[in-house]
Amino acid sequence: MKKEPITGKIHSFESFGTVDGPGVRFVVFMQGCAFRCLYCHNPDTFDLNHAAYELTPLEVLQKMQKFMPYYKHGGITVSGGEPLLQPQFVKELFRICKAEGIHTAIDTAGCYLGDDVKEALNHTDLVLLDVKCIDPTIHLALTRKPLQPTLDFANYLSEQRIPTWIRYVLVPGFTDSDDLIERHAQFVSGLTNVTKVEILPFHKMGSIKYETLGLEYALKETIPPSEERIENAKNIYRNKGIEVN
Amino acid sequence: MYWNGFKGDLWKSEINVRDFIQENYSPYVEGASFLAGPTSATTTLSSQVSSLLELERERNGVYDIDRKTISTITSHKPGYINADLEKIVGLQTDAPLKRALFPKCSLPSLEDALEHNGYSLDADIKEIYSKYIKTHNDGVNAVYTPEIRRACESGLITGLPENYGRGRHIGDYRRIALYGVDYLVSQKETEFSLLEPGEMTPEIIQQREELADQIKALKEFRCMCASYGIDVSKPAKNAQEAVQFVYFGILAAAKQQDGVTTSLGRTSTFLDIYIERDLKNNVITETEAQELIDHFLMKLRLFRFLRSPEYNELFSGDPTWITESLGGMGVDGRTLVTKTSFRYLHTLYNLGIGPEPNLTILWSERLPKAWKEYCTKVAIDTSSIQFENDDLMRPEFGDDYAISGCVGALELGKATQYFGARINLPKALLYAINGGRDEKTGIQVTPRFEPITSEYLDFDEVMERFLEIQKWLAGVYVQAVNIIHYMHDKYAYESFQMSLHDLNIKRYETFGIAGLSIAVDSLMAIKNAKVKVIRNSAGIAVDFEISGSYIPFGNSNEATDRTAADLTRTFYQFISKHKMHRNAKPTMSILTITSNIVYGKMTGATPCGRPSDAPFSPGANPMNGRDINGSVASLTSVSEIPYGCACDGISYTFAIAPAALGRETDKRQTNLVSLLDGYFTPTGGQHLNVNVFDKSLLEDAMEHPEMYPHLTIRVSGYAVNFTKLTREQQLDVISRTVNESI
Repeated sequence: MKKEPITGKIHSFESFGTVDGPGVRFVVFMQGCAFRCLYCHNPDTFDLNHAAYELTPLEVLQKMQKFMPYYKHGGITVSGGEPLLQPQFVKELFRICKAEGIHTAIDTAGCYLGDDVKEALNHTDLVLLDVKCIDPTIHLALTRKPLQPTLDFANYLSEQRIPTWIRYVLVPGFTDSDDLIERHAQFVSGLTNVTKVEILPFHKMGSIKYETLGLEYALKETIPPSEERIENAKNIYRNKGIEVN
Repeated sequence: MYWNGFKGDLWKSEINVRDFIQENYSPYVEGASFLAGPTSATTTLSSQVSSLLELERERNGVYDIDRKTISTITSHKPGYINADLEKIVGLQTDAPLKRALFPKCSLPSLEDALEHNGYSLDADIKEIYSKYIKTHNDGVNAVYTPEIRRACESGLITGLPENYGRGRHIGDYRRIALYGVDYLVSQKETEFSLLEPGEMTPEIIQQREELADQIKALKEFRCMCASYGIDVSKPAKNAQEAVQFVYFGILAAAKQQDGVTTSLGRTSTFLDIYIERDLKNNVITETEAQELIDHFLMKLRLFRFLRSPEYNELFSGDPTWITESLGGMGVDGRTLVTKTSFRYLHTLYNLGIGPEPNLTILWSERLPKAWKEYCTKVAIDTSSIQFENDDLMRPEFGDDYAISGCVGALELGKATQYFGARINLPKALLYAINGGRDEKTGIQVTPRFEPITSEYLDFDEVMERFLEIQKWLAGVYVQAVNIIHYMHDKYAYESFQMSLHDLNIKRYETFGIAGLSIAVDSLMAIKNAKVKVIRNSAGIAVDFEISGSYIPFGNSNEATDRTAADLTRTFYQFISKHKMHRNAKPTMSILTITSNIVYGKMTGATPCGRPSDAPFSPGANPMNGRDINGSVASLTSVSEIPYGCACDGISYTFAIAPAALGRETDKRQTNLVSLLDGYFTPTGGQHLNVNVFDKSLLEDAMEHPEMYPHLTIRVSGYAVNFTKLTREQQLDVISRTVNESI
């Protein structure tokens, strides 16, 4: 019997990705996410069944191959949505990318760690891991999902020595207290594989999408963090010897 | 004594600037740390210039006009900003920013320009040029056919140089510094004496007359320089003279002609040889070397021509296109980047940001890393420079070419262009549907043929008629451009610029397409979606309803990109089968300048879903918002347009917010380098304007122009002061800026 080819449910592509991993990258935004982060700027990726594209890994690679001269110092990043909702697709996509010598990165909240995910990680050069808040209660309130799976995921990456950048979204009123950042940094400094922490200041550019989708945007009143607060957060990591920007 | 220390022989026995450069230049592969800041003289002059520019703004963009004097090489007494401080001297008239009169191209346009500024044309000048002297425009009008007139009036052909200088020639101004005027005159005299064949054909007679005019212009040029107390008879002795002589060259060109573009050429590496010699002999310091370049480029920023309101609408913001090409690689594999290439870019810091000269980086992946990083830094800091693909152009034009005007290449001193603006391709498509009647006026512009009457457009039917229309249009277009250049040669010949060329030059006649992406998208919509025609009571298609979907240009879709390539190739073939003025080689550009707005206003709704009057995308850009897969996909689509059919340039204008270019400053630079390396492969794209700014900054500048007097941005083909654009153009620029991705 012929095996059905794996396909991925995809929201969109960005052929000039400059902020999701090193260099210029082809970014595949996957459809579907179980998190409901209050500040999410891609609410249009929540529902797995609303994909704009359904493509095989090879079709995605072919889309990218035309653009290879641009990616000599970059590669491919799968983002989303939560790409590890579709681990078989990511695994196969990264396998064929690695065969072509393409640098692979995955942008994830790290809430799944099944065998397929582990196999996908075998073909992954860099993980951009969102650890959204170090306090389990606030994490749940902020994302509607528990923290523990993400910590397990981080520890797994550390054991496997898979290079990782930790991302931390600085949301005033939720994640920007010194105590929370301090504890977050403490956790990160215990990992063996983290080469960088990226502080991402909260912004409201996604709010229009909520209106379009008829969803309530909970952080309407929240204002983006000040330069001082951003610098303060960065210093907390620097003081622990962690590279941050 | 002039050539002490210079190596090589060939350039001494014939006029051969390239050979001189190759024998003597010092490639520079290190960084920008050697650069010097402005001297106090530079700072003082800069602030004087700033106050003048402020006054110019207050006076609605025109500081002053010399209303009595017809501009020639020697028409004006010397002028200065501050004679005691200027290391490089010379102005177009006797005062900075004072504009001169050029009546020989068109009297009505000149009158228009004056009236727009609250003046009337001097009665004597008016009498002379209406009674006794024929202008270029008189010549053109005398022989235009009714068909050409209709095609121009309807906006099917726009921007032809009918009533101002045609521009596009680049005098090889370096020759003046290297050889001195005496030698150049003697060479031209030798050429003249050799042009005595048995038969005096019209071609030979024309060539002899032109040579005689060239010799006269060189002699006038010597007088102009002498009036500043400078003798250009002999070669330049040192760096200061070399810079001065080159500057006088372009100055004389701008005094003789109000050409739509007055390109400088490729002077930095040439001048670097003189600067290096003086530095080595301790004649000057780095600070003094930079000062020479600062004062030179400061002068170029002051070039002004008096233009009519109609001209300003097409070419917004008072551009002069003093295009200087920097860097690139030599055919022997050495880089042509020198320290003076850095010094030119550094003027954007020493003098502040400004749109002129039109600094153009000739890019190759093999350029020195430090130079690439400096160029991208300057692009990110200033949004004032453009990039072009040296690896694409070098095989065609060698390694001593320069960009002429906007984006097309030209071999220096060996070739020239006959500029022919562009046609409105979407309008031609609408004519195919409407039987050649204009969708806005109802006027029958083309020969009469059957309009399409079906409710839904059929691809084959539209395509067949579209090709017929293009074939007809190409014929009319070539006729118009041939007429214009015949008359330019006859009534407004640029004898000075041409005196700095070889005797037998290559000629390119340049045609152009505006609205390529709209035409492509419309055809894809007709082919792959369903397009219903909405007609007015006169039966003219005035709107379209699309059901279903199509993949627009700019998403790197094979079928769509192939349509863009085919359209370009087809129109070029239609052009190419006609006879050109003086056996020129036809070329084409995909370029709009700022006229993408005007074209939009003149064009009804198109089958791609673009509403009537909406702006075109600039140059070869995909339509705004339709390229949904990011800039690389968009650029890849544009690089599929065949350069061989559009050697005069394929312009792409890119605008991005700093944050969307990368998180940190150094990453932004390396990401931009990656983008340029990716686009400018040997078979890749041709031209890229880079704008880096936040939308919010532009919005603020629109509301408070007085706070942003120097804000400069790149539009299709040149850099411009943002606040000098019309509000519509400003809004158009803002709408095209890429912010952070989702």
